Amino acid sequence: MSALSKLKEAVLCLRAGRVTLPYPAAARPVPEKFRGRPIFDAAKCIGCAGCANNCPSREILVVDLCQEIRILQYLGRRCTYCGRCADVCPEKAVTMSHEFETATNSIGDIGQRLELFMSTCQRCGRCFKEPSPMEQLKLKGYRFDDVQNERWILRSQAYLTSETAVDDIKIELD
Amino acid sequence: MLKSLCQKMFGRSLWVYHANSGGCNGCDIEVLNVLTPYYDVERFGIKLVGSPRHADVMLCQGPAMRATAKALRRAYEAMPAPKLVFAIGSCACGGGIWFDSYSVIGPVEKIVPVNFYIPGCPPRPEAIIYGVAVAVGLVDKKTAPVHFKQLEMPIPRYHRADLRGSGELVVYEKAEKV
Repeated sequence: MSALSKLKEAVLCLRAGRVTLPYPAAARPVPEKFRGRPIFDAAKCIGCAGCANNCPSREILVVDLCQEIRILQYLGRRCTYCGRCADVCPEKAVTMSHEFETATNSIGDIGQRLELFMSTCQRCGRCFKEPSPMEQLKLKGYRFDDVQNERWILRSQAYLTSETAVDDIKIELD
Repeated sequence: MLKSLCQKMFGRSLWVYHANSGGCNGCDIEVLNVLTPYYDVERFGIKLVGSPRHADVMLCQGPAMRATAKALRRAYEAMPAPKLVFAIGSCACGGGIWFDSYSVIGPVEKIVPVNFYIPGCPPRPEAIIYGVAVAVGLVDKKTAPVHFKQLEMPIPRYHRADLRGSGELVVYEKAEKV
C-alpha cells in the first residue's frame, strides 16, 4: 500500500514538471507597475524639495550651500520605494525604475547626490520671497539638513542655535 | 589535499540562519519564497538551518529594536567564526520607515557588523538571490553612487552691462540664448 502511494506521489511530481525559474541565468521581466530604485534626473530637477518634504522615511536631504547652489541628496538606505517622490515631482524628474538588483556590500552605493544651480530673482538676487519663521516650520523652501551626519533637520531654533548656515538669509526673531 | 578538496566542494555551500528582529514579516515571506521550488536556492547549496550554531550566514530582517537587540547580538556571537551577515530589506539596511520610533534603535549594523545589504521593501526574491550571488562571487554588483554636479548656470545671468536701450524698450542682449 505504501509502495503504491509512493508511486502515486512520484507520478504527481512528474506531472507537475519543472517549475524552477532559471533566475541568475535568465531574469524574468518584472511586472509593469513594479517600483524599483528611484532615478533622479538632474537635467529636469528644479530643486523645489517637494520630494524631500514628502518622503515618509526622510531619506532625501536638501542643503543650500549658498543662495544659488542647492544639494539634493538621496540616501536610499531605508527607502521603501513608495513612489511618493515621483508622484509629487512637478517636472517628472524622479522616475521609479525597474531596477531591483541593488545588492551591495557598502550601503553608500545606493545614494544619489545632485548639485543644482538655483536661479535667483534678477531684481533682488534672492531665490524667492524669504519665508517668515512660521512658514519655515512648514518646511517649504529653504532647508538645512545635516549631510555629514545624514540626518534630517527640522528648521527650528532647537537645532540652529546661534550660527546660521547661510549668511545672507539671517532671520531675525523677536 | 583533503582541506583543499573540502574547500572546493563545500566552499559555496552556505547555511543560512534567518533572524527577524522585529520586522513586519514581509521580508520573511520573501526569504521563504527564495527557498521554495520556484527560486530553488538549494541548487546553489544554500540551506536554511534552525540554529545559529550551524549557520554560516545570518539573514537579518527588521530593524534593531530595543527588545531584540541583545538576542540578535547573542545569535551573532553564537555563529562559528567565518560568518557573514546579510541585511535584507530597508528596515535592516537603514532602520525602516519607523526609524524614529521610540522602540527602534536603527539599522542592524548598530548591533552586528553587516557585510551585504539588500535594500527593498520587501526585496524581490530575485534581489535576494542576486545579493547571495554577489556575496558568493558569481556576479558583480551593479550599483555605484551617483554624483551629479551642474557646472554652468542653465540660464544666462542678468548683467546691467548687457542692457541696451532702444527707444522706449530696454533690450537684454543675451536673452536670445535662453
